[in-house]
Amino acid sequence: MSTSKFEPSIISRPVYGKLSAQTASHNLLIADAQGAEAIIEMAEHAPKSFFEQAHIIYIQKGTADAYLSQLESLGANQLYIGPTYQAALPRILNTLENTQVGIKLYLAGTEGLIGQVIRDATRFGVAMSDIQTEHRGSTARRIQCVHCKGIIEDVTVDPFQCSHCGLFLFVRDHYSRRIAAFQGVRVDAEDPGNIPEAVERFK
Amino acid sequence: MNITFKDETFRDDYTFSNSEEQIKRFPFPFHEDSYMYSVNMEPHAAVRPGSVFENDFDVDEHYVSEMRDRAKVLDEDPLRCQSLPHMTLAGWDLLELIMTSKAKDYPHWFELHRDGKNWHWINHPLNIEQKFIFGDETTLPYGPLEYITRQTQGDFVLLDQREENLWLEAGMVTTQADWSLDFDIGMNFFEWHAPVPLAHEMGIFQRALKFLLNIQQGTPARRLNWTMTANPLLDTSPENYHKWGKQKLEVTRENVGNKMHLRVELQTFFRLPRSNALVFPIRCYLIKLEELVTIPKWGRRFHRVIRDLPEELATYKGFIDNRPKIVEYLSKYDDGQDTSLGIWPE
Repeated sequence: MSTSKFEPSIISRPVYGKLSAQTASHNLLIADAQGAEAIIEMAEHAPKSFFEQAHIIYIQKGTADAYLSQLESLGANQLYIGPTYQAALPRILNTLENTQVGIKLYLAGTEGLIGQVIRDATRFGVAMSDIQTEHRGSTARRIQCVHCKGIIEDVTVDPFQCSHCGLFLFVRDHYSRRIAAFQGVRVDAEDPGNIPEAVERFK
Repeated sequence: MNITFKDETFRDDYTFSNSEEQIKRFPFPFHEDSYMYSVNMEPHAAVRPGSVFENDFDVDEHYVSEMRDRAKVLDEDPLRCQSLPHMTLAGWDLLELIMTSKAKDYPHWFELHRDGKNWHWINHPLNIEQKFIFGDETTLPYGPLEYITRQTQGDFVLLDQREENLWLEAGMVTTQADWSLDFDIGMNFFEWHAPVPLAHEMGIFQRALKFLLNIQQGTPARRLNWTMTANPLLDTSPENYHKWGKQKLEVTRENVGNKMHLRVELQTFFRLPRSNALVFPIRCYLIKLEELVTIPKWGRRFHRVIRDLPEELATYKGFIDNRPKIVEYLSKYDDGQDTSLGIWPE
């Protein structure tokens, strides 16, 4: 139940904190998988009125019903449960588009989810100072293939094969908030065919 | 300066080479016999007539061919030139800076006639003539940044200044040392330098940023940076690394003098008047080892620099595997004599 620990990393990587309920006229909470735990923990210290103005968008991402009853018991004004980020995306974008001044955003779960919502929310004018994040669960990475520009979700091993162009890529420790992804670069560019054995780096 | 523009290539058959005059004016980046990172900033002021530091924007014998190569890169990958919406004004600032500088410094090649907002630009080497309204994008074939940098050697990055930081938010990047504009656009100064080893710990970027934030209009600054490239390939982009990476394998003890190039970036920084953005031109100069060693001082010094470079830097700069061949070649041009301080040939 502890917030994720990362190995020392590069400066472009986002820093994640711990969710803490603030007073606001609207609270939008978006979480995936074990991110539900961060919301449930935050609720223990939140004022009763907090969830009366809250909209929770929860993406199960393979966790089935593990957190559903706990989330339902929070009494949020709106609770949406969706299977994947792609499925939830129209609702997330619609909510951000209709967002009013005074909203606070709480994001919890994987780096891919947090990064993509930050990217979209800031496009809709939400200030970074109104966004809290907490990393939970898998440290799998969302990666952009620098060659074909395709995005590969949930990469756990290094090197790995780009699902778009088929090149084998290593993960460069460089993160783009605009793309919400790390960079993947061909691993055998200087010695074609010499592809090191894949190692599980991101669990 | 009376020069003939060369007809040459930076890809495929690689016919690029430097004339004797161009070798003498090469911006050799080592002022002593060793190298380590430093915030080596100095005013971008005119020194040495004929040198690459004489004018704000150096135009040399490779101009026409470099612009042809840029057009090819952009045809293949338009994402090499991007500008976030709020950076258009900075693009106009840059267009003005380049047009006025070139028209002043090279009046035989470039003409700018201004009548209020009605501008008339003539670029003789590229056979371009354009009448347009300054500030009106619809009167140019491209946005202002893309229009002028299709006619100017070097990569260009526009940096917005806010929150005591610099934000990379527009650029034309086709001659880069392995970084991606498409990936880095939107990053702040520390973020886009994140992959550079050692320098963060040394405080290099903190000091550099402090210096850059204080650059004033009319007092540009410059520094030199360097790396090495197999073949005179301008477009050493990460986007195309899966194609060019293997060229490093082609370097042999026999061809290293011709194939291996010292790649020097003349980096300059200008404050722009309307947008208060900084423009960061990164001009790439290439020289073959066999051209470089025709200057005895440079041959001696470069041998010592490459031989003694920390392994981490040789790895980051991408020539660790070829270093033994490079050092062996250069050692033949190092007779052990002392070298004078400073970058000039002698």
